[in-house]
Amino acid sequence: MAEVKLFGSSGSPFSRRIEVALKLKGVEYEFIEEDIYNKKSPLLLKYNPVHKKVPVLLHNGKPICESLVILEYIDETWEGPSILPKDPYERAMARFWVKFLDEKCFPAMWQACWSIGEEQEKAKEEATEFLKILEGTLSGKKFFGGDSIGMVDIGANFIAYWFMLPQELAGFEVLTKEKFPKLNEWKNEYLNCSIIKENPPLKDKLTALFRARFQAVGAAK
Amino acid sequence: MAEVKLFGNWGSPFSCRIEIALKLKGVEYEFIEEDVYNDNKSPLLLKYNPVHKKIPVLLHNGKPICESVVILEYIDETWEGPSILPKDPYERAMARFWTKFLEEKCFPPMKQASWSTGEEQEKAKEEATELLKILEGTLSGKKFFGGDSIGMVDIVANFIAHWFIILQEITGLELLTHEKFPKLGQWLDDYLSCSIIKETLPPKDKLTASFQARIQAATTSK
Repeated sequence: MAEVKLFGSSGSPFSRRIEVALKLKGVEYEFIEEDIYNKKSPLLLKYNPVHKKVPVLLHNGKPICESLVILEYIDETWEGPSILPKDPYERAMARFWVKFLDEKCFPAMWQACWSIGEEQEKAKEEATEFLKILEGTLSGKKFFGGDSIGMVDIGANFIAYWFMLPQELAGFEVLTKEKFPKLNEWKNEYLNCSIIKENPPLKDKLTALFRARFQAVGAAK
Repeated sequence: MAEVKLFGNWGSPFSCRIEIALKLKGVEYEFIEEDVYNDNKSPLLLKYNPVHKKIPVLLHNGKPICESVVILEYIDETWEGPSILPKDPYERAMARFWTKFLEEKCFPPMKQASWSTGEEQEKAKEEATELLKILEGTLSGKKFFGGDSIGMVDIVANFIAHWFIILQEITGLELLTHEKFPKLGQWLDDYLSCSIIKETLPPKDKLTASFQARIQAATTSK
C-alpha cells in the first residue's frame, strides 16, 4: 500500500500543483483520479468532509486538504529542492504573492474565460490590472521563486495551461507577449522546466474539457 | 526609531491579531493608527501596501509584510517565545486548514447574519450555524483550538470571541450561544480570560458605540 496517495483530478490546476511539488521532492505517490464533475468517491468525502474537494493528500493514513496547505506540508515533510525560501521575509513574500494569485488573479482570470458580455469585459479589465502587478514582481527574476521554481510558480501553474488554453480557444487576448513580456517569458521558462515538461497535464484532455464547457456556456446563453 | 512598527486600526480584528501575536512573543512595537473607515489612509500605508492598501502592515527593519495570516507566520518564524503554530508538520497543516476555514467560510456568513435583514439574514444564519457546528466539533477534548494554549486558530478566531459576540448583543441575534454550542461557549470564556487577550482586545463599549453608529448610518441612508 502506497504511503502517499493523492486524490485529484487531471483537469484541476489545484491537484496539478501537488503533483508538481511531490515530483520536485522525488516522492512516490499513488494518484487517485476523482470524477469531480459527476461523482465524488466515498473516500474523498470521508477524507475531506468539510470541503468535499480535490486535492487531498493522504500521508500515512492522515488526510491534508487545501492545495496551499498541502504545499507547505510537503515542503516541511520531505527533503529536496525547497518550495518556500529559507529566509522568513522571503517566505512571507512568497505566501503573500500566492494568496494574491488565488484570491485576486485566479477568480478574475477564470471569470474572464467563462463569462460573456459586460461581465466578461469587466473581468478582463480586472485580470489585466492584476497581471500588471504580477508582471512587476518578475523584474530581474527568471521565476517568481528566483533561479528555480518555488511556491508562487507552482501556484501560478494555472496561468500556463488553464488560462492560456481557454484564451486561445475562445480567441480573446488578455495575456499577450506584447502586453506582458515578462509573464510570457516566465511561462516559457516554466513550461521548459524538466519537471513540468516531463509531466505535462494532458493538453488534449484539457482542450476537450474546455471545449465542452464553452459549448455548455454557449448553450446556456 | 522602533525596529517594529504596526500599521493598524483600534477597531480592526485583523490588526488586533497582530498585536496579540507580538505581545505573545514579547516584541516591542510602535502602533500607528490608520483612519481606514473614513478612507483616510496615510501615504506611508499606501507606500507599504500598494497592492491591497489595507491594514495591518507590519514593518520590520524597514521591510513591510502584509496580509494578517502571512504576518502571523512571519512573527512565529522570526521571534522566539510561545509558538503560534505547532511544531509537527501535520498539526501545522491542520492549524493552517482551520485558519483558512474560519476566514473563507465562517466569517462571511457570520458578518452577513449580523448586518443583513429578512431572507438574506435567515439564509446567512443557517449557513453560519452549520459552519459553527463544524468548528464546535474541532474543539473536542481541547481547551483552545491550539491545544492547552492559544495558537494561530485562536488568534484568528478573535473576531468570533469579541466582534461577533458584541454584534450579537446589539442586534439580538442568537446564533452562538452556550446552549447551542457548549464547547465554543467554553472556549469563549477561556479565551477572554487570557491576560494577553484581555489587554489587547479593543474596549467593548467603544466597539459597541462604533457598531451602533454604523447601524444608524446604514438605516438613515436607506
